[in-house]
Amino acid sequence: MKGETQKAYDYLRHDKKFPHVWCPGCGNGIVMGSLIRAISKLELSKDEVVLVSGIGCAGRITAYVDFSTVHTTHGRALTFATGIKLANPDVKVIVVMGDGDATAIGGNHLIHAARRNVDLTAIIVNNNIYGMTGGQFSPTTPYGLKATTAPHGHVEHAFNISRLVETAGGAFVARGSIYHVNLLDQLYKKAIAKKGFAVVETMSSCPTHFNKLNLMGGPVDSMNWLKSHAVPAEKASSLAEEEVRGKFRIGVLADRDIPDYQTEYEQVRLRAREANGYVLDPKEISKLLESYQCY
Amino acid sequence: MPLNEKAPATRLMQGNEASAEGALAAGVRFYAGYPITPSSEIAEVLAYRLPAFDGTFIQMEDEIASMGAIIGASLAGAKAMTATSGPGFSLMQENIGYACMAEVPCVVVNVMRVGPSTGMPTAPAQGDVQQARWGTHGDHPIIVLSPWSVRECFDLTVRSVNLAEKYRTPVILLMDEVVGHMRENVVLPDPASIPIVNRVTPTVPPEWYIPYEDNPSGVPAMSHFGAGYRHHVTGLHHDVRGFPTLREDEVEDLNKRLFRKISDNLRDIQQVEAYALDDAEIVVVAYGSVARSAKRAVVEARAAGRKVGLLRLITLWPFCRRALERVFPQAKVLVVPEMNRGQMSREVKRVNQGRAEVRTVNRTVGRLIRPDEIMAVF
Ligand SMILES: Cc1ncc(C[n+]2csc(CCOP(=O)(O)OP(=O)(O)O)c2C)c(N)n1
Ligand code: SF4
Repeated sequence: MKGETQKAYDYLRHDKKFPHVWCPGCGNGIVMGSLIRAISKLELSKDEVVLVSGIGCAGRITAYVDFSTVHTTHGRALTFATGIKLANPDVKVIVVMGDGDATAIGGNHLIHAARRNVDLTAIIVNNNIYGMTGGQFSPTTPYGLKATTAPHGHVEHAFNISRLVETAGGAFVARGSIYHVNLLDQLYKKAIAKKGFAVVETMSSCPTHFNKLNLMGGPVDSMNWLKSHAVPAEKASSLAEEEVRGKFRIGVLADRDIPDYQTEYEQVRLRAREANGYVLDPKEISKLLESYQCY
Repeated sequence: MPLNEKAPATRLMQGNEASAEGALAAGVRFYAGYPITPSSEIAEVLAYRLPAFDGTFIQMEDEIASMGAIIGASLAGAKAMTATSGPGFSLMQENIGYACMAEVPCVVVNVMRVGPSTGMPTAPAQGDVQQARWGTHGDHPIIVLSPWSVRECFDLTVRSVNLAEKYRTPVILLMDEVVGHMRENVVLPDPASIPIVNRVTPTVPPEWYIPYEDNPSGVPAMSHFGAGYRHHVTGLHHDVRGFPTLREDEVEDLNKRLFRKISDNLRDIQQVEAYALDDAEIVVVAYGSVARSAKRAVVEARAAGRKVGLLRLITLWPFCRRALERVFPQAKVLVVPEMNRGQMSREVKRVNQGRAEVRTVNRTVGRLIRPDEIMAVF
């Protein structure tokens, strides 16, 4: 373990950026540690990683780690990341966003990034609330709970982020939690290694706002909650409905081999150089339409 | 692939097409956009042409995403551009401010149509002149250029890219529907004769690189992601290393440098064209397609013996104050025709300070101002 701690230290910036802004007991530090271990195990050099983040507590990660880093605008991290990856395919682009960042203001970018399948890794830190701005509800705040903007109880229903992304497209979808750290390391590793759009929804905590507003106790109580409510994905299908009600699956939820955007775009570059451009073969059209799965 | 292989040197061309060709000539290799009339031809030409240059065209899900993508591409080393019209330009504003703050070179073409809101989608206007200046929140300098002909759409797109690279700033090319959709016979310049400016990149070893360190030009060297100079980019106020700061001295240094790099170089950035100004007592101040009507009005008035001249603004922002100052000794009347309710005439009046009489001609009905409407106030 000492070795692992040292490894994390090696990837932090040492020129003046600490202490960090996160509250004691916040899940963001665990996310950062896990991400560093995954990158280190994949033996990626610091120079080939570009870490992109949105605005929010989770988004603050970029200032602390020693990669090329971009702290973008609220909700738009995936759009910046798309530009970076397409302009320089040699770098590994990893994006960290909060749940509000990724699925409220950035929700449109999330589903389109998945559909487009650009080779990016997206880590969505889901603490069920807006942390940075002081505990307002997010698209993942559970029905009936409290937020500073839902003082009388929340009457909207939450997104299932992983399922949303799985439906939208993309190559890899997984869910982990800050309690199940070894699994989280593995999921981040797999997601980063995967060619195509890969998402790891990371169930996290916000003791400062979410727990306080919802009588959920402190950081340790968050850990206990995550521990008791996670069901390994491979087990979930064999369990009865009442056994999984109110719980969340963790593990790899979707893993598909589909060509990423860059690979497809190489075709476009080749066709653009041909004298006659892209000629549609009338006989091919009905076959091409099959890819438009309309059922 | 040679630039002119599919684009013969002389041809009948649209302003939007010329802008796309200018982008290619200037070295733009990344375009992200979202369709909107009257700018869509720029995207269509680049969707067709860019991939053959090993460049990338991508249609994003909206204009916010388009702006984000070009900033990302520029950070990764590409010359990057987007094009839009009013509604899309409004959506881009937050990220334009990001590009100002993080000093990311990029070009935004706005082919203006009538607003507010969806307005008149295929009709010309000049209603975004002040939005181009002040659209994003917070104090910031910005460079805005405006062409009046098809050839100038080409030239000013090249110039926009060059200025963006040179000063590490977003540059806005403010076209209007008339200029964007108009067709003229143009002779494009020999690619070898086109001046190309590339951003200054660091020459020091990575461990010495201080990404936002001041220097006499006020423009720090820019390293692209993946080049081995790991650094942090943020829209927060930052210190010279790029890290967030709330320290008053560091914030003030950044604020001052961001303005200084533009205001120290007005001679390089500001461009006007003077026509028959030497003895002019009536001076028309115009830009974009309206300047074409203005020129016609001046020519006709001269033929009738009137002492009328034209000051055409090519750079809209920073406002060409010095050029306007030069007309004052003999100018008694300034005429400012615009397809808006008086966005640039406010600036003219501010500089004028009561010296000459300022007359405005404003139309926001979706058509170009006619020469006779301008002559009517001479
Ligand atoms: C355009 C815009 N709107 C609103 C904000 C204010 N804001 C900053 S962070 C944030 C929400 C953060 O919540 P989340 O994304 O869930 O991340 P967390 O702080 O919980 O990690 C908001 C609304 C902003 N910065 N920009
Ligand atoms: S407010 Fe919540 S999410 Fe933000 S740092 Fe504190 S505990 Fe973490």
